[in-house]
Amino acid sequence: MLRVVLAEDSVLLRAGLTELLTRGGHEVIAAVGDAQALARAVDDARPTLPDLVITDVRMPPGQHDEGLRAALELRARHPGLPVLVLSQYVATAYATQLFGGSGGAEAAGLGYLLKDRVGEVSEFLDAIRRVAVGQTVIDPEVVRVLLVQHAQSRPLRRLTPREREVLGLMAEGLNNQTIAQRLTVTEASVVKHAGNIFMKLDLDPTEGNRRVLAVLAHLRGETA
Amino acid sequence: MPGVTVWRAMRQPPQRFILSSWPWRVWAHLLGGALTGLASLLLLAALAVSGLLLSVIGVDLVLMLAATFGVPAAAVERRRMRLVEPVPVPNPHRSLVGAGRRGRLRTRLRERATWRELGYVVVFAPVQVCVGLALAIGLTFAVVLLAAPLIVSNAGPEDVMIIPGRPVESPLHALPATAAGLLALVLCAYAAGLLAGAQVKTAVFVLSPRDEERQVVELTRSRARLADAFEAERRRIERDLHDGAQAQLVALTMTLGLAELELRESGSPATELVSRARGEARLALTQLRDLVRGIYPQVLTDHGLDAAVAEIALRSPIPVDVDIDLPRRLPDAVETVAYFTVTEALTNAAKHSGATQLTVVGRLKRGTLTLAITDNGRGGAVPSAGAGLQGLADRVAILKGRLVVSSPVGGPTRVGVEVPCSA
Repeated sequence: MLRVVLAEDSVLLRAGLTELLTRGGHEVIAAVGDAQALARAVDDARPTLPDLVITDVRMPPGQHDEGLRAALELRARHPGLPVLVLSQYVATAYATQLFGGSGGAEAAGLGYLLKDRVGEVSEFLDAIRRVAVGQTVIDPEVVRVLLVQHAQSRPLRRLTPREREVLGLMAEGLNNQTIAQRLTVTEASVVKHAGNIFMKLDLDPTEGNRRVLAVLAHLRGETA
Repeated sequence: MPGVTVWRAMRQPPQRFILSSWPWRVWAHLLGGALTGLASLLLLAALAVSGLLLSVIGVDLVLMLAATFGVPAAAVERRRMRLVEPVPVPNPHRSLVGAGRRGRLRTRLRERATWRELGYVVVFAPVQVCVGLALAIGLTFAVVLLAAPLIVSNAGPEDVMIIPGRPVESPLHALPATAAGLLALVLCAYAAGLLAGAQVKTAVFVLSPRDEERQVVELTRSRARLADAFEAERRRIERDLHDGAQAQLVALTMTLGLAELELRESGSPATELVSRARGEARLALTQLRDLVRGIYPQVLTDHGLDAAVAEIALRSPIPVDVDIDLPRRLPDAVETVAYFTVTEALTNAAKHSGATQLTVVGRLKRGTLTLAITDNGRGGAVPSAGAGLQGLADRVAILKGRLVVSSPVGGPTRVGVEVPCSA
């Protein structure tokens, strides 16, 4: 069971998410409607910090990216506090703002998902759990856009279709075991694919959050 | 102009006019006029002399500045008139929103109002100085007369002569002078009222817009207003959809997701139907999101033009090379129109050009945004055929910019935008 602080300005969605989390066996210790209230709610929860903060990007007062900024401030004050950012639509600019320039450790326990994902209840609850234990979760849509953009690039064309699939799932933040389950192959073959990918893309073979960031950075066209 | 307010005030019974704030206001107006008039003359002379000297060695800028000197001077005059005339004198100039420094100067030099204002300064500044001086002398004289008994008592009897050759015996004998001083003050008040009214009349006549100028001013303003209204409306629609339909659909997919989960556990045959419903709701959500992005992209507001263009480039079916380097955020209206020009150009390229590579280059040079979208396609695009680009050209024109499409047969097609951004 996770103790969750939820920030979402739409009353309808706030109620819906609270219900979904409760049904998933978690406890919503505070559900608020704007960025300032979010910071207060996290402070009020002390001495123990919440296990997870879920926040909308766009919130009052300005209806811009107040939620995202509040999340970054919370992370600065409480390093490692798991935060899942939900957005009405994904933009790599927001992903960059959230994960921007961070090394492996800073990305631990950060997630960025499209709001639509709440419809796939079990996958959404799984993503929550992964963020809470310190993994990185990135929306498949962000990954898809990046992969499409670079589909014609030389290094990516050297990948086999299966390797490209594995690359996408790695970029979403899945670990080898989960990727193996998704593709119904053995974990050993995922490890082999990953090795090939890193070799063909000229990346350092790493694990965990560092791997996600390396893959993302590569896809954004930066040097990893 | 249905009459001058000061003159109407002077037609009231004298005691009311004298005891009101009017005498003080007209005096302040005329004395202030002497100061501003003097300052204007000195500045104008300095500019004109240095301008003439510099123009000999080929620098015309100072001379051009001297020619437009009437513009700020007249602005001060219009402002000053508010002291005695509540009805403001309208500004005859065109709005310079979005124009660069050179563009401002060129626009002003072409306007007839600029030359009328220069004439006004040259002719009326000396008049104002003389009137102000005369009033100052008159007021001093009146005040000295008014204070005669005090002066006599301070200086001692027999020392002061009001009329030459006849020393005043005592302060009491100076009382008639006080009466004369009061009369002089009243005269000063009325004279100043008349003169101030005349100045207002002149200023209104010379400094207000002529009929044709008024039309241009109002036309430009109403077009700009319309453009702003469209912009605000787009944002409102985007916000309404975000808070309304989009949130409702997300909630719907969430409820359907929960229902699907429960049905699956109980092994109900309805599972597939609910699953399909959820898929359809998600599709609706995706389509709505694309629609909203087309109306007003949030990322543009939050992160600026470069990030927003990078975002659409990622979604373009043709690879796009984005090179936008701007030192600062641009005005909202400029960002919006630039963003939608890129969207439109990318869409057109994808539909018609057969291009395999696109480049978007954006720079801010001397306060003007220049943006070029170039493809490597077959060209031959007819700009008038694209209603989208036509509409954008209109919006660019309102911001005093221009949109140029060049598309020779055989390619490439290049869409260029230049929009001035006021700092």
